[in-house]
Amino acid sequence: MATSSVSKGCFVFKPTAKKKRISGAEDFFVDGSEDVENGKLRFRLCQSTWDEMKEEIEQVQEDLNKKMLDGLLEFVKKSAASFWCRDDDWMSRMRASEIPTAALVLGVNMPDHTITFESMTELLHDSLTPFVASVQAKECTAMKQLMQKVLQRLMGTNVMVDEDEAEADLGFHTRDCPQKRVNCSLSALCDWYQSATKKSPVKSPRKRLSSSQSEFLQSPPVVVIFRDLEAFSPQVLQDFILVCSQYVHQLPLVFIFGIATSPSTIQRMLPHSVSSLLCIELFQSLSCTQHLATIIDKLFLTSKFHFKFSAKVLQVLVGIFLYHDFSVCNFIKGLQLSLLEHFHSQPLSVLCCHKQEALVHAQQLNDRDVERIQQLPSFMRYVEEQVPEEQVQLLTSSEHVKGVCQKLLKSLHKYHKNFYPALRCLHVLTSILPKYPLGKQIRELYVLCLEKKVWETQEYDSAMQLIRMLAKDELVTCLQKCVEILTFCKSKKLKKVGQQLQDITATCEKLDKLSDEGNLVDGEEGDRENDSSGKGLQKTDLFHLQKTLLEMKECRRTRRKTPYEILRNAVVDYIDNLVKTHLYPPESQPLYEVWYYSSSGTVRRHLNATPRTSIQTALSHPYCYLQNEALKNDSGIISSAAPDICIIYKLHLECGRLINLYDWLEAYATVATAAEGKDPSAIEGGKVDELKHARFIRAVSELEFLGFVKSTKQKTDHVARLTWGGC
Amino acid sequence: MPDQLEHLPRLTHLLPCREAQIKTLLLLLGEPEHYSYPSIFIYGHRASGKSHVTLTLLKELKMPHVVVNCVECVSLGLLFEHVLLSLFGSSHTSLPRGPSLSDFVRLYRQLCSEDPAKQTRYIVLDHAELLRDMSANLLPGFLRLQELVEDNVTVIFLSEIVWDKFRPNTGCFEPLLLHFPDYSKVELQQILAQDSCPSYSPELYSSYISILLGVFYSVCRDLRELRHLAALNFPKFCEPLEKGEAKESDAHKLWRNIEPHLKKAMQTVYLREVSSVQWEEQQQKEEKEVGELRGLSAYTHVELPYYSKFLLIAAYLASYNPARTDRRFFLKNHGRIKKTNFLKKHEKTSNHLLGPKPFPLDRLLAIFYSVVDSRVAPTASIFSQISSLVTLQLLTQVGHDDQLDSPKYKCAVSLGFVRAIASDDLHQHALRWTADHRTLHLRHHPVGSHPTSCCLWVRCGPRAAVWEPVCVQRRGIPRQPPALDQPQLCVDCAPAWHWLR
Repeated sequence: MATSSVSKGCFVFKPTAKKKRISGAEDFFVDGSEDVENGKLRFRLCQSTWDEMKEEIEQVQEDLNKKMLDGLLEFVKKSAASFWCRDDDWMSRMRASEIPTAALVLGVNMPDHTITFESMTELLHDSLTPFVASVQAKECTAMKQLMQKVLQRLMGTNVMVDEDEAEADLGFHTRDCPQKRVNCSLSALCDWYQSATKKSPVKSPRKRLSSSQSEFLQSPPVVVIFRDLEAFSPQVLQDFILVCSQYVHQLPLVFIFGIATSPSTIQRMLPHSVSSLLCIELFQSLSCTQHLATIIDKLFLTSKFHFKFSAKVLQVLVGIFLYHDFSVCNFIKGLQLSLLEHFHSQPLSVLCCHKQEALVHAQQLNDRDVERIQQLPSFMRYVEEQVPEEQVQLLTSSEHVKGVCQKLLKSLHKYHKNFYPALRCLHVLTSILPKYPLGKQIRELYVLCLEKKVWETQEYDSAMQLIRMLAKDELVTCLQKCVEILTFCKSKKLKKVGQQLQDITATCEKLDKLSDEGNLVDGEEGDRENDSSGKGLQKTDLFHLQKTLLEMKECRRTRRKTPYEILRNAVVDYIDNLVKTHLYPPESQPLYEVWYYSSSGTVRRHLNATPRTSIQTALSHPYCYLQNEALKNDSGIISSAAPDICIIYKLHLECGRLINLYDWLEAYATVATAAEGKDPSAIEGGKVDELKHARFIRAVSELEFLGFVKSTKQKTDHVARLTWGGC
Repeated sequence: MPDQLEHLPRLTHLLPCREAQIKTLLLLLGEPEHYSYPSIFIYGHRASGKSHVTLTLLKELKMPHVVVNCVECVSLGLLFEHVLLSLFGSSHTSLPRGPSLSDFVRLYRQLCSEDPAKQTRYIVLDHAELLRDMSANLLPGFLRLQELVEDNVTVIFLSEIVWDKFRPNTGCFEPLLLHFPDYSKVELQQILAQDSCPSYSPELYSSYISILLGVFYSVCRDLRELRHLAALNFPKFCEPLEKGEAKESDAHKLWRNIEPHLKKAMQTVYLREVSSVQWEEQQQKEEKEVGELRGLSAYTHVELPYYSKFLLIAAYLASYNPARTDRRFFLKNHGRIKKTNFLKKHEKTSNHLLGPKPFPLDRLLAIFYSVVDSRVAPTASIFSQISSLVTLQLLTQVGHDDQLDSPKYKCAVSLGFVRAIASDDLHQHALRWTADHRTLHLRHHPVGSHPTSCCLWVRCGPRAAVWEPVCVQRRGIPRQPPALDQPQLCVDCAPAWHWLR
């Protein structure tokens, strides 16, 4: 753009006020897709699914945190109450006045803490006190800032209450403004607190319920939340506590420490002289693995939601969780991302919704979509299984495909309805086995079932073998759990199974009496066997030992089975049957692609970024990012058309630890000259022209900036290489 | 007897066991209208009555004074303003933003000229040691404030630190030093016995206090803390009396009842392992249920993500192993290393005594990649885990230059912690990781817990994939292999093992 200025300089041009179309999320979603209507529909579906999931997640999190938060609330309430009835009692006069402190052990998953603290603050606000200040370590590097932040937040909360009070406070502020900075001390806070509580019986900051207004105590406690205790500087914290302890008689202070590691951090950070000023009580939150298990249980192991993960994607997300961050928040973000990706990239995801809706959508499919259905691998497999006439029909008539599609959707719904109860039953039985052959957590079993036919695995066999050895009481409790699961599910078929299992359990319990009678005979037999085995084991010879063992085995096989054993085998067969009919992997179901999101690579790329690999790819294969046809050809050869930094990078790979800059420059000049179509050897007299020199220097400093080379003091005209391998 | 001492009996009654100090102070303060010594420095341990005596004195004698707690004064302005406000009661103090000492002096003189002192004014600075960190001229200035403002003013410094640690190297006005010694056991007994419980006789309380001191005197002489403990445990002491199991005269019975209880208190509530409220609650329901309260330090277990654990283990190894040994421990083909001078002389002292050493990020990652069995992609989250370990204070970052290129770290956790973390994995991936962790556990032994010996790990036979420990004492005396059960050697190695022994 031109300027009328004579001098050289930087000029800022504001963009001309072009009326830009403000595009919503929906426009982004449909952007680039050929079928806008379909896209919009998918977007709506995606939104509604996400909303439902979010609601469920929030519900789950609320339930999970409820216990801890209730305990905490009770603690704050109690300590506030004890503050005010601390009067002339001998005991309370004698006791040192400690600041009530709740140590909240939250686990190392820092991103999740935000939710906990938010709900905690809200809870305190709603039911106990308007005076809550929460501080983070990064904003309080020194005592001054900490003090300032605490004061600001405590006093500020009240400013926001309502209009006239805010005005009054505003006047107070303007009058006090020059002093405000100086006056940031706890005595100022005390004065403010006195006036605030005296002026009006403190009202709920959110005037939602008229009842909650009166619920506040006469003088509500002042709660200070330290969100991340570990990151605070110990000195600051000590000073703050020392100061606060001076005012503990005038100000009902309560501290809440958010601890990520372990409570002994408090002792590490605070010397005894300071920690003796606190009355610390411990609260422990649920472990994040349990949190995740509940989320998975509620979102995936249910037929309520139709969006599903394939085994790979689930493994990627759970892997990120277990290996990297323990953060349920990030897991949920991953879920959201894959939901969006699924609805965005799979046009047939219009069918991924509630049954009735899906049937309607199936009826409205257009030809393009029908074609897509026909191309689905699962559908193709389905077609192959049909009789030839049917096959022709399916490949030619789109109406027929729609009809079949509806039928298949119905069966898909049905399949999922049966799948999860069966999965739970299997998990109940296998999760008590030693060494957990099918996994301790239900998600492990789930992944296994998603991947392949679970009954064909070795682990399954060993699990079944172990179940065949279960003691009666264990088996009965398991079966009762199974019956419970099965009777609560909707499918009739499973209900029937549940009924049968219940019968078995009943018989099992009846057996008690029977076995009492049969015991005598069995006992004798057992004794006799024991005798023989004892004899066998006396011999130390390996060969004989083996022989006796074999004999014993034979003996056992032929032994008469007790009624319980017969029953147990029946149970195992039953379960086996249940698994084989219902736990087919979803891939076996036609149209499963509509529900299942399987692009694990995308998820991994988005959530678990590898900056170094990307940089190296960019430098060695610029085509990946630039999409320039001229760069496409090469494999290992230095393309002269590549950007300077790529050339420089490729050249530096051939060097040792120290790189001679001049050699490097010459090599670069050769390549660059070739790019211009000149003969590389035509550089006259070894002189490199200025432009190339400048380009070279720029590229080298870019490489230095990226951390591949650095200047060295050993030799002035050399740079040191910092990376190895990875060509 | 000088006039000042007429208050002495009254004051000694109020402040027992501090007669000598009160007397000195009274003499120092002198008549109210006389000039007093410019600055007095009072020091003594925590809870030895420094501020209590000083304040009671000033209050009882109705002297104009101001008490400033230096911890509270986050800025100089706050300190100055507080002093001026309480001495002159002026609301129109016009201290500039970020005032200096000279501003303060100027303003003081101005206000003082309007309201000259009829009596000595006292400025008491509690926690005076913090003045040292505030501004270089603050302490010397306060020491000769009388001179500077030309007013009858005395500054009293209260601190737990001796004067020698205050003296600025540029020299300053020397204050009068006054030491408050610790209370002796007898004095403590006397003071504590004063506040007896109204529902019991003072003699009983006095005997209770002597039992309490018998247990706690060796660890705690802090009056405030002792009083707190006395109050907490007194109900338990009175329990037999209330139940009618013992009379007040049954001293021995009462002692038998309370002594183990107090010992327990010393390990729990005194250390704030258990909060006072919890302690009281537990006392009340102890008969019914013996639900043991776990203290804070009982919860040392920290759950970490899988790679974070390995990063921490790697950091530990990097911090406590000399860098030279990395090649030997973490490389498959490390070549032969001479046994005799494998470790240099200075390396023979236990590294655990020397504390963690800083290591660069590269080394951490190199060790990390070699201890993690599977291939790990260098993703962004690996790097972010390092920084979250720093925030959790499990690692500490050392030095502040060159943060971008090669930051340096130190491992901030103990061997026990790392062991616990490593054994977590042992449980989780029992089969897959056993071998690896075993070596991991023990690889740092050479420089670790055996300062005089060197344990070398030989590979158990060419075919065995598992490293087994063989401990060789370089002076020829055989040693038991550390921390492991009897090593199970394959047939190939058994002769070697015997030979080594």
